Amino acid sequence: MGRYILNRLVVSLITAWVLVTIVFFLVRLLPGDPFTSEKITPEIKQNMMRYYGFDKPLHIQYIRYISNLLKGDLGYSLRYQNRTVNEVIRQAFPYSADLGIRAVIFASIVGITLGIIAALNRNKSLDYISMFIAIVGISVPSFVIGPLLQYVFSIKLKLLPVAQWKGFAYTIMPTFALSLGSIALMARLMRASMLDVVNQDYIKTAKSKGLSPTQIVWKHQIRNAILPVVTVLGPVTATLLTGTFVVEQIFAIPGLGKFYIIGIQNLDYSMVLGMTVFYGLFLIAANFIVDIIYGIIDPRIRIAGK
Amino acid sequence: MMQNNAGEISQELFTHVGKNIEQMEAIARPSITYWQDAWRRLKQNKVAMMGLIIIILYTFMAIVGPYMTPYDYRTTNPSEINQPPSAKHWFGTDTLGRDLWARTWMGARVSLMIGFVAAFLNAVIGVLVGGISGYFGGKVDMVIMRVVDILYAIPYMIIVILMMVVLGQGIMPLIVALVVGGWLGMARLVRGQILQLKEQEFVLAAKVLGASHARIIFRHLIPNTLGVILVNLTMSVPGAIFSEAFLSFIGLGVVPPQSSWGQLAAYGAQSFRVYPYQLFIPAFFISTTMLSLNLLGDGLRDALDPRLRS
Repeated sequence: MGRYILNRLVVSLITAWVLVTIVFFLVRLLPGDPFTSEKITPEIKQNMMRYYGFDKPLHIQYIRYISNLLKGDLGYSLRYQNRTVNEVIRQAFPYSADLGIRAVIFASIVGITLGIIAALNRNKSLDYISMFIAIVGISVPSFVIGPLLQYVFSIKLKLLPVAQWKGFAYTIMPTFALSLGSIALMARLMRASMLDVVNQDYIKTAKSKGLSPTQIVWKHQIRNAILPVVTVLGPVTATLLTGTFVVEQIFAIPGLGKFYIIGIQNLDYSMVLGMTVFYGLFLIAANFIVDIIYGIIDPRIRIAGK
Repeated sequence: MMQNNAGEISQELFTHVGKNIEQMEAIARPSITYWQDAWRRLKQNKVAMMGLIIIILYTFMAIVGPYMTPYDYRTTNPSEINQPPSAKHWFGTDTLGRDLWARTWMGARVSLMIGFVAAFLNAVIGVLVGGISGYFGGKVDMVIMRVVDILYAIPYMIIVILMMVVLGQGIMPLIVALVVGGWLGMARLVRGQILQLKEQEFVLAAKVLGASHARIIFRHLIPNTLGVILVNLTMSVPGAIFSEAFLSFIGLGVVPPQSSWGQLAAYGAQSFRVYPYQLFIPAFFISTTMLSLNLLGDGLRDALDPRLRS
């Protein structure tokens, strides 16, 4: 286990380093060299100089950039004199994380349940209905389902608040809009995994021992079928977290995604890149944790990973 | 019958059928190729065929649609803003008075083109890299796959957004960004396939006959994985269309007066509380296109997967 964790840790660190290095060189390719534009006030220029050290040779700049990041410093805004990426993240990320965690939990529960229902009723109408819901879920983007929900439940039926983030009722539609695609993905995966497990020898053994169908399904089939589904939690988290950009915009949630879009619209490149690095590192860390969890619950993976 | 002893079966009971060499060699049924067989199976899958027909229909409308109305997709008209769909403007007009029928089908051109071109380029690069990596194995494979693994660990949307920030907006930057982020999956898939195939006898036969590496890869190995590649390609088109729409929605995609479905949806979302049709029309086309392609991809997988054959 120790070796497995170390292996995953090294891979994650290399990935993080590659991402950070790519971003460092991309900053130097930015269109129109934003750092020397006339619109930039001397204060901001000073911020940029302090952060990137543009007057120094490239390798010094690189070392400075990496050491800034190691200190947890993600950079300055190009538009606002005293706004740092860290401040924006501290202020806005809790909202995004709240929405994201709700969506991950909701998507896992509903997606896995839907997959189980489909697999247990294979080639019956419940299977077709579940899989139809799943394929529609994959095909309808969150920026379509979000406004559609607002239109039906807020404007026409007046059941739920249209937008903002002030309590449980406000979280229902954004969570659903954000997680629909992931529900669909997990349902399809869970169904395939369940059908795969049914043909395994240990299910035959359980049957020949005379266990009841309920016991077989709960204790043997579902428990084993859930394992591969855990692996997609990493990518699902990534999809949901980047998905918040759009959903926060639609539902006027003051999360990081909203600042991300404002940054893009203001051409605030250093802000956008700082936030992108943050997202990237966050998701690499999330993937690492999912890998470790997977290694703990499925011993076969640790052995294969050596 | 069983109790009869051998003596009661006389020689006369047997007649010689004879061997007709020509009849033996004759093929009872017309032989069909892998692709004909796949097409036959696909045709029986009504849901997948409906998806295919919808895609063909939308592609056709993307070509002729803008010419079916006298209005240009760029021309603004301050006296006819936010008109609901009518006999004059079939899909209504937007907040600047531009005809939405023309904009929707011009947007279809951009969205479909980006989707298909990006998915196709992803496949080409993925097949090249994956093919070379899988075929040569050893150090080449190790180096390529380590690079692919590490890039693969960086979330797709993060790569695409980074590329868009650096390249600027527009159709070409979009395609480049989607390809930079998108070929990795295909490379891994093709490599896995090639690793399985390269040990088989027909590859050995080709080697013995003196075929070059390039010939073995492109004439023997890749054609045998084409089914898997095609299914993956079909499945990655809706992904590319979605990414284009997502990026246009957050302001990193296609710039006006150019139009795309994602961008129309983005502008529609701003005014849909008063003018719902401005969002629902592009939303309908994005969703049905992605649904059709996903259904078609599912159907293709069922039609091409030999493991499902009995």
